[in-house]
Amino acid sequence: MTISLTPETQHSVSLQPQGWLRYLSFSTDHKVIGLQYLICGFIFYLIGGALAGAIRTELLTPISDFLPRETYNEVLTLHGTVMIFLWIVPVVNGGFGNYLIPFYVGARDMAFPRLNAVAFWLIPPAGLLLISSYFIASAAQSGWTAYPPLSITTPATGQIIWILSVLLLGGSSIFGGINFIATILKLRRPGLKLMQLPMYCWAMLGTSILVVLSTPVLAGTLVLLSFDIIAHTGFFNPSLGGNAVVYQHLFWFYSHPAVYIMVLPAFGLVSEILPVHSRKPLFGYTTMVYSIMGIVVLGLIVWAHHMFTSGTPPWMRLFFTIATSFIAVPTGIKFFNWLATMWGGRIALNTAMLFSCGFIVNFVFGGITGVALAQVPFDIHVHDTYFVVGHFHYIVYGGTVFVIFASIYHWYPKVTGRLLNEPLGKLHFLLTFIGFNLCFAPQHWLGLNGMPRRVAEYDPQFTLVNQLSSLGALLMALSTLPFLVNVVISAFRGELAGDNPWRALTPEWLTSSPPPVENWKGEAPLVHEPYGYGMQPEELALAGATGSELWRLGDPDRRP
Amino acid sequence: MRIPAAILTLITGMVLVLAGLWVGQNVNVLPVDASANAPVYDELFKVLFSIGTILFVGIVGLIAYSLVRFRRRPGDQSDGEAIEGNLPLEILWTAIPAVVVLFVGIYSYDIYDRMGGMAPLNDHSMHGMAHEERTWAGISPVSLDEESGITPLSVDVTAMQFAFIFHYPNAEITSGELHVPAGQPIALRMQANDVIHAFWVPQFRLKQDVIPGQPTLLSFTATRPGRYPIVCAELCGPYHGGMRSTVIVDEPETFQAWVNQNSPIASANNVTPVQS
Repeated sequence: MTISLTPETQHSVSLQPQGWLRYLSFSTDHKVIGLQYLICGFIFYLIGGALAGAIRTELLTPISDFLPRETYNEVLTLHGTVMIFLWIVPVVNGGFGNYLIPFYVGARDMAFPRLNAVAFWLIPPAGLLLISSYFIASAAQSGWTAYPPLSITTPATGQIIWILSVLLLGGSSIFGGINFIATILKLRRPGLKLMQLPMYCWAMLGTSILVVLSTPVLAGTLVLLSFDIIAHTGFFNPSLGGNAVVYQHLFWFYSHPAVYIMVLPAFGLVSEILPVHSRKPLFGYTTMVYSIMGIVVLGLIVWAHHMFTSGTPPWMRLFFTIATSFIAVPTGIKFFNWLATMWGGRIALNTAMLFSCGFIVNFVFGGITGVALAQVPFDIHVHDTYFVVGHFHYIVYGGTVFVIFASIYHWYPKVTGRLLNEPLGKLHFLLTFIGFNLCFAPQHWLGLNGMPRRVAEYDPQFTLVNQLSSLGALLMALSTLPFLVNVVISAFRGELAGDNPWRALTPEWLTSSPPPVENWKGEAPLVHEPYGYGMQPEELALAGATGSELWRLGDPDRRP
Repeated sequence: MRIPAAILTLITGMVLVLAGLWVGQNVNVLPVDASANAPVYDELFKVLFSIGTILFVGIVGLIAYSLVRFRRRPGDQSDGEAIEGNLPLEILWTAIPAVVVLFVGIYSYDIYDRMGGMAPLNDHSMHGMAHEERTWAGISPVSLDEESGITPLSVDVTAMQFAFIFHYPNAEITSGELHVPAGQPIALRMQANDVIHAFWVPQFRLKQDVIPGQPTLLSFTATRPGRYPIVCAELCGPYHGGMRSTVIVDEPETFQAWVNQNSPIASANNVTPVQS
């Protein structure tokens, strides 16, 4: 589909920098923007990881001895905010979404390329703002949840900078969401039906609906909170007649869907990776689509399970218990479908596959503790404890971050034309998997036995288990070294991958690696069966030569 | 003759379920139970632990088996079978989790009811009609009606940065630690002075946020004499981690002795200020 961009792009060739400088420019190329998100996000991941390291160092001993107490609270607030708003959400949505979605719908770019660039370029300033608040005044100290009245009483400058930064990031997220919805619904190549799209498109459609519906609520809430702080209004301030619990409702109306904003795209990415490396079609495409949409709907009506101890009425607790538990059903469908996809396949035990399987293992664990947490009586004991810390790190790290790594190993040859080194990749996986489980599994026990979250000091009986957890964190920190070495060296010296090293059928592989500007030379391929693995060549439908057939015919092993 | 795959699957499933039940019943990861509702909680925990173990071990087993059994041999360029779905199978794995989740939901509702969580909110208004102040109710495992004959021991709890203050209105004792008699229902009337705190006693399996502007009632019955930590579980500022106290559960006589020793009324008039 040739849109009117063509003359404009030609015009801007002389103005836009070429080569690596493109990645520092206001480029409107979706692939450049995708990589900008990814690299920018990874820098923030390293910063957030360093903050996590500071937390785990403080928790080596039961007394508060490593950081001043105020600094510790700043560190934990920054860690949560950086990891959620600057690493996971931008990378798993903006990064892979921008890179892949135009390919998947057969478009040459996103629907609104300029808005797309604006959405990305909101992120670095917002991130710098957030982190500089630590050096200028003091960073926010009230946790990433910023519950009033604490957020009203802690130093105002840091809290206001935090609010501004999150508002900018929320804006970026909404721009991205609108762009994805428009691209998926309106820029599909003629002849491509919705139910023929790769699963990641559905995941991003669902995610973007959540972003557009819930992020504005967070924005409004934070604006009201900033009024409470600056103008001394009393929306959430009980001493002025406000209600602190209303803030919690509004906050979680965004921040629970935010979990799905972080996890649904990961579900989509795994659905792309597993069929390719198992050489089998994605099992149960239709039920996958419905379960994504089921998660979207249910995800919007479960927020109060974060507030079971905050004086919510009993009927409300009951409703939110049932609604939350039921998310396990569509989620379960997806997991069983992935297992069935692998069953009977020809599974390549490469790093992308290992990280995907690591994701399944971790996420199932996090999902089981999640269903337990949904039960009010269970939650009342472990709410706001390390059990919850363990649970959500199993979801966002063991779930999403594992998928981010799997995706990097899977799509690196697409982006660079070179393969990542497999032995280094397996070392990376092993260190990450062991370190992660050593870090977060013991935290469940800590929570059950009486260690609350967000503390700099704790009961000495928990020392040993905390030290184990910190050891796991150290392994996780070390695991980034082989990864970084691998990514940098392979970019120059990696084994040449060819255009399609995985023999994949999805449209991003049906072009050169790395792809040209505007994605395809000539017509975009029309892929009706993105997961058409395992077919016999003679079974190919002869009606219309699809892109998948084009490469099959070019492959000597598969030529009939 | 080879044993049919269906029989092997059945046996694996049975072993898995039995192992899960055994783990749920015998692996103890909870602290000692010291209140009337803790054993109720532990019952739920064991069920969830069993179901969770069965699911987790089952799925990890399936993945490990698939990775080994269906791994790609070197040089193999072939594909797996083109199976795109299986409706009966998909219905099965939609229905089973739905039933399990529904069962767990109803069961935990029952547990919650037994813990007293479903008591209607306004049962516990502690005041007359005029300028009525609303009280939020946390878990109330005991009936607090006057008619039931059990008089709960009432304690006012004030949470502030960074301490809990306990006040016994009948005995006029103010203390930094909570002393309670075993076996008698306790009604904590809690309020927060500055920011949100949370009152948590892990051994009681009880937690309640204390929110400024929302006086909250939490009641429980301690069962096992001993000293247990009271932990603030909601981030409340720099010294949040240090906001800890102790609840001392005494035998009723020991508790009475403590009251007599500390109460200004008791020492002045020598009357018993607390009914038991």
